[in-house]
Amino acid sequence: MNEIIIEPNRNVSRFWKELWDYRELFFFLAWRDIVVRYKQTVIGIAWTVIRPLLTMIVLSIVFGRIAKLPSDLPYPILVFAAILPWQFFSNTLSGSGISLISNTNMITKVYFPRIIIPSTAMVVSLVDFLISLVIFMGLMLWYGVWPDGKIVVLPFLLLLAAMTSLGAGYWITALNVKYRDFKHIVPFIVQFGLYISPVGFSSSVVPEKWRLLYCINPMVGVIDGFRWAMLGEEIDLYLPGFLLSMGLGMLLFVSGAWFFTKTEHKFADII
Amino acid sequence: MVIEVSNLSKKYIIGHQRQGSYQTLRDTLAHTGRSLWQRLRHPLSVNRETVELEEFWALKDVNFQVQQGDCLGIIGRNGAGKSTLLKILSRITEPTTGRIHIKGRIASLLEIGTGFHPELTGRENIFLNGAILGMTRQEIKRKFDEIVAFAEVEKFLDTPVKRYSSGMYVRLGFAVAAHLDPEILIVDEVLAVGDAAFQKKCLGKMGDVVKEGRTVLFVSHNMSAITRLCKRAIWLEDGCIRHSGNADEVVQTYLSQGVIEGSIIEFGPETGREAQILGIEILDYQDMRSNNLLIDFPFYIRLWYQFTCDINRYRVGIRIRLPDGFDILTSSSTDIEGELLSDEAGIHSAKIKIPERLLAPGRYLLTCFLGQPGLRTLDRHENVLTFRIEGKMKAYAEKECGVIATPLVWSLEKSPLLHE
Repeated sequence: MNEIIIEPNRNVSRFWKELWDYRELFFFLAWRDIVVRYKQTVIGIAWTVIRPLLTMIVLSIVFGRIAKLPSDLPYPILVFAAILPWQFFSNTLSGSGISLISNTNMITKVYFPRIIIPSTAMVVSLVDFLISLVIFMGLMLWYGVWPDGKIVVLPFLLLLAAMTSLGAGYWITALNVKYRDFKHIVPFIVQFGLYISPVGFSSSVVPEKWRLLYCINPMVGVIDGFRWAMLGEEIDLYLPGFLLSMGLGMLLFVSGAWFFTKTEHKFADII
Repeated sequence: MVIEVSNLSKKYIIGHQRQGSYQTLRDTLAHTGRSLWQRLRHPLSVNRETVELEEFWALKDVNFQVQQGDCLGIIGRNGAGKSTLLKILSRITEPTTGRIHIKGRIASLLEIGTGFHPELTGRENIFLNGAILGMTRQEIKRKFDEIVAFAEVEKFLDTPVKRYSSGMYVRLGFAVAAHLDPEILIVDEVLAVGDAAFQKKCLGKMGDVVKEGRTVLFVSHNMSAITRLCKRAIWLEDGCIRHSGNADEVVQTYLSQGVIEGSIIEFGPETGREAQILGIEILDYQDMRSNNLLIDFPFYIRLWYQFTCDINRYRVGIRIRLPDGFDILTSSSTDIEGELLSDEAGIHSAKIKIPERLLAPGRYLLTCFLGQPGLRTLDRHENVLTFRIEGKMKAYAEKECGVIATPLVWSLEKSPLLHE
């Protein structure tokens, strides 16, 4: 028999059990977001293919040909290997940043663990990621670059990217409920981050003494890791930097989830 | 005991813009300066210079219990705290103080079609809405055909919901919710939307749920629905429970508030009013004041009113309603000749005769009004007196036989049997 006690400032001991109970709702909401994207579209799923391809082309031209940044591997491969995690990050962040406000009517009318809402953005981005991954495989085939055994680390790196973007998403969306300014931060991070993070270039162009500081951006570690895992022996991994990025990414996630669950009981009142 | 609510209170903080009456430029500048300084020192908190905060208690120390299988009605004016109470029970918002103990799975229906996405088809939305309300996918698949049949939208299952008419939308939303299987069901005024056929269906379904022995909490303004479905009711006013107990009794008490149980009411003349009703009385067929009247005799309603100046083209009238607010009869002085009245200053009276055997036995509410049609209402008293009609309807009277008691003429004919 389900027994619940409702009191002010109730503790979160039911949190994990409820997350499990509501897992189906999580998938339903993610499914909804995916299906709605392609409703009444003509080329629908083609957008998922066009976007990363175009970004890769533009970045290759700008950073590879024009800026002439050095690289051992063909530039498009280098860039695409970074676009994969970056787009996963930016899609998840954009989706989760405004998720609460877009679902206001559900928050004020139905009970479920609110953290499900920003988290579904990750599933949607995952679908895009997998499609882009297939394209990337095709690209590698064309250039004749083969991955080696390190590729098994990929799921772990993907998880790290998810944690980083969700962590930032949780912070922003929870703050956005009360202070609507925060929704403006997301497009800023996404645009600015595209040039700050080593997407269009390799992080080896960053001078040695700044390298560790550079890794304060958690996506630096993720992108470096992706390149290292997918592009064979040519790429080295700067381990101290990677660990720093990884640590910061996980910290972002844990702190974001903590802040979100601490403030979620007020959402229905102030949204 | 399935729900126990103790000392429940909910506070909201509302802000008011400070309206400054700043006479001088100096005042305005000083105010702006203070306001800016406040903003700099406390950038994230509310600016106390421009906004005044007030505490608003939506619920104050509410206590009640619900037993397994109860159907509890919750009534009250708009703003009494009913929806806030339901929101707290549904765990959408948290109480400020107090404690609620709930045994059982709760499903809340606070709005029809929560989570419906306009771009998705009816079929897809059934799954989505069902999941949002707490059903598992298996459950929804199992009940899918029932839901579609209840909503009567077979033809439109694969059209996006944005193309649905509002009636279809509401039917679909309720159909999904109606097939929930919770131990405790909470329903908030969802019957307010939809046409009469839909409302009948909803009430029928809710009646089934109650008969199955589930616990239901039902908020509504439809008093007849409340008395029909619920055995117990509570009346919330300004965040407190004003009355609780047997549903019929609580509803009667609620509707009679402000109503005088008597056969006469008088109002003291107010200065400065051009026209005013001074008194209303109900008289039986012998011209005696009474509000218990016999069905076999006519009765009269007399109003007297005062003009302080000449009033042209006016009329005086009454309206009779059932206790649940349903209008039965409106009649005014224009009924006779179709002409409006004109009178000089002074005190005037009007008397209307209600014929015998017009209204069925029961309780009725009386409203009186005085006005210039198309121009303005001069005076009006809503539901100000009650009266009862007593007696036997006809030889074999059933309990609920309508409102009109007028005997009608039947003609009967006989014919020989038809042969093969």
